[in-house]
Amino acid sequence: MDFQLTDDQRALRAGVRELLVRRFGRERLRAAVDRGAGEGSGERGAGGGLDRALWRELGEAGFFALRLPEARGGVGLGLPEAVLAFEEAGRALLPGPLVATHLAAGDVPGAASGACVVAAVDGDLVEWLDEADVVRGDVSGAVALRSVDPLTPLHRVPRAAPPDPVADLLTAAEQLGSAAWTCALAVQHARAREQFGQPIGAFQAVKHLCSEMLVRVEVARAAVYAAAVTGDPLDIAAARLLADEAAERGARDCLQVHGGMGFTWESDVHLHLKRAWSRARRGAGAAAAEEALAEELLTSAARPGT
Amino acid sequence: MDLSYTDEDEEFRARLREWLGEVLPGLPPKPPADDWPGRRAYDLGWQRLLYDAGYAGLHWPVDAGGRGATPTRQLIYLEETEQAGAPYVGANFVGLLHAGPTIAAEGSARQRARWLPPVLRGEEVWCQGFSEPDAGSDLASLRTRAWRDGDDYVVSGSKIWTSHAEVADWCELLVRTDTDAPKHRGISWLAMPMDAPGITVRPLRTLAGSAEFAEVFLDEVRVPVANRVGAENDGWRVTMVTLSFERGTAFVGEVVACRRVLGELAREARKNGRWDDVPLRRRLGRLNAEFRALWRLTQWNVSEAERVGGVPGVGGSVFKLRYSQARQELYDAAAEVLGPEALDLGRRWTVDRLSSLSYTIAAGTSQIQRNIVAERILGLPKGR
Repeated sequence: MDFQLTDDQRALRAGVRELLVRRFGRERLRAAVDRGAGEGSGERGAGGGLDRALWRELGEAGFFALRLPEARGGVGLGLPEAVLAFEEAGRALLPGPLVATHLAAGDVPGAASGACVVAAVDGDLVEWLDEADVVRGDVSGAVALRSVDPLTPLHRVPRAAPPDPVADLLTAAEQLGSAAWTCALAVQHARAREQFGQPIGAFQAVKHLCSEMLVRVEVARAAVYAAAVTGDPLDIAAARLLADEAAERGARDCLQVHGGMGFTWESDVHLHLKRAWSRARRGAGAAAAEEALAEELLTSAARPGT
Repeated sequence: MDLSYTDEDEEFRARLREWLGEVLPGLPPKPPADDWPGRRAYDLGWQRLLYDAGYAGLHWPVDAGGRGATPTRQLIYLEETEQAGAPYVGANFVGLLHAGPTIAAEGSARQRARWLPPVLRGEEVWCQGFSEPDAGSDLASLRTRAWRDGDDYVVSGSKIWTSHAEVADWCELLVRTDTDAPKHRGISWLAMPMDAPGITVRPLRTLAGSAEFAEVFLDEVRVPVANRVGAENDGWRVTMVTLSFERGTAFVGEVVACRRVLGELAREARKNGRWDDVPLRRRLGRLNAEFRALWRLTQWNVSEAERVGGVPGVGGSVFKLRYSQARQELYDAAAEVLGPEALDLGRRWTVDRLSSLSYTIAAGTSQIQRNIVAERILGLPKGR
């Protein structure tokens, strides 16, 4: 047993992080937000157009073809590597139908290379429907929402898609990355912001909020990485529950640590919170995951090592 | 990232499982909770069986008489013994997991030869004299004094939360040997024989009704200077060498046990009809996610310890914060499953629910743990 990142996995994570910092840093993020929503521009809706050049660059870097066998032009890696890449995407708040396009690689021509943008029904929603070149799932009767997340255009569909554990796992990885980032952002602010003559991070009330954020991140991380190794649907269900919680509560606590500034549009915190909310709506939902995990308690003698 | 075990590890597991299958049916019945001499004999007897089978001091270094096993082997050992329902470490806890490793790391050759073998063989019991009525979270402010008098220290003061004090042979004792030095620098570590004159042990009844702890009063107790481990006034560092370093295995058995209890809860709920209560059922499902994740975090921490030869205790703080809370949530859920019987002390889960209340307090309160995480992992400043 060596449940730690290998050197190659660390390198891959660093590579994806470097690419995203370079190609989708904070300025690009805010520019995308401004394009998508702008003050009072409810007309344009969220998204403001996908950056196709970035999409192709992601494709060239292997983001979508990561798990495709080398014989089919892919990178030939597995779920653990995909999870690390999606964690970084979540951290950077990278917009676009990343999960749907990744899952389409090999099935939909152009998906692997980033030439083609693929959207899919996930739960009872479709992200980026109007931008997609190919749409998977039944989108008849789709109705546009005024998306709460300025970087994720949403349509609601009448018929939910059947659950897909791999999609759930990749969503969990994005949530994990977001949770880790909001924790870091809160800590950064708590160290810099002074009130009553000292950094607010010196006050235990603030300190303890930050500690709890980290605890949720690390517990979710263990669950997400383990689910990536086993691929077991129940491990994935557990990982989703914990990662959703870490992302949603992490963003809220980060907002709280930021005080009034956290409530402004200018802050990035709300972007993480809104995306965490929209990701949490993907898949079959928390109730189904909890029911499946409850049912398992009755049926298995549960040897923890397995 | 790899969750599979090597062939050698699997072989170790299989041999251990086989041995447990042979030896456990022959164990004497467990003594009642208030029979301290009986409990001592039972726990020492188990330790002797482990010793004879080559499992004693699995995680101790070889030159201290241990097996030098990897953290992964230790995890397997703890997982299998808990699964098989083997006895807990019990009265051997302080000897095997704290005083022993401290002596192994910091003791002289003579001290190691005197104190380590009897712990491994199940012949001597140790207790811990660290906390005091006025030194809990702020342990370094302890006030039990030790004066030099010839070849002895003369010790006066009081200690609290000492488990197994009634039946211990030795006490690892922290005393103040310099009252003028800064609080961390005037402490020494002594091995105090529990039969020395001047020691009074008073059992402390917990809210669960049992006397798992004791207060220990020391009135001019003479302890040979030769029983000091490490230099005079260096006792804080000596203690922290063991306390601040762990291998991620501290709660392996408990997480395994919690997962078993969770399964029992589900089956009980199915039997008594509470399973039809959707919010309760979902709560049990979420607890399943919680304890699965805690098991994975254990494997993560153990793997990290295996790579670097031990992890700073701060990683343990993250685990303990979540685990102690999860354990309390587990037994709160048990109370929901039991309904009116949650108020019946005849149900084991009722007593376990009471015991779970100590988890967010003992071995560093959750508030102290959050400070540790915030300051030592996240780098937030200390408050004024």
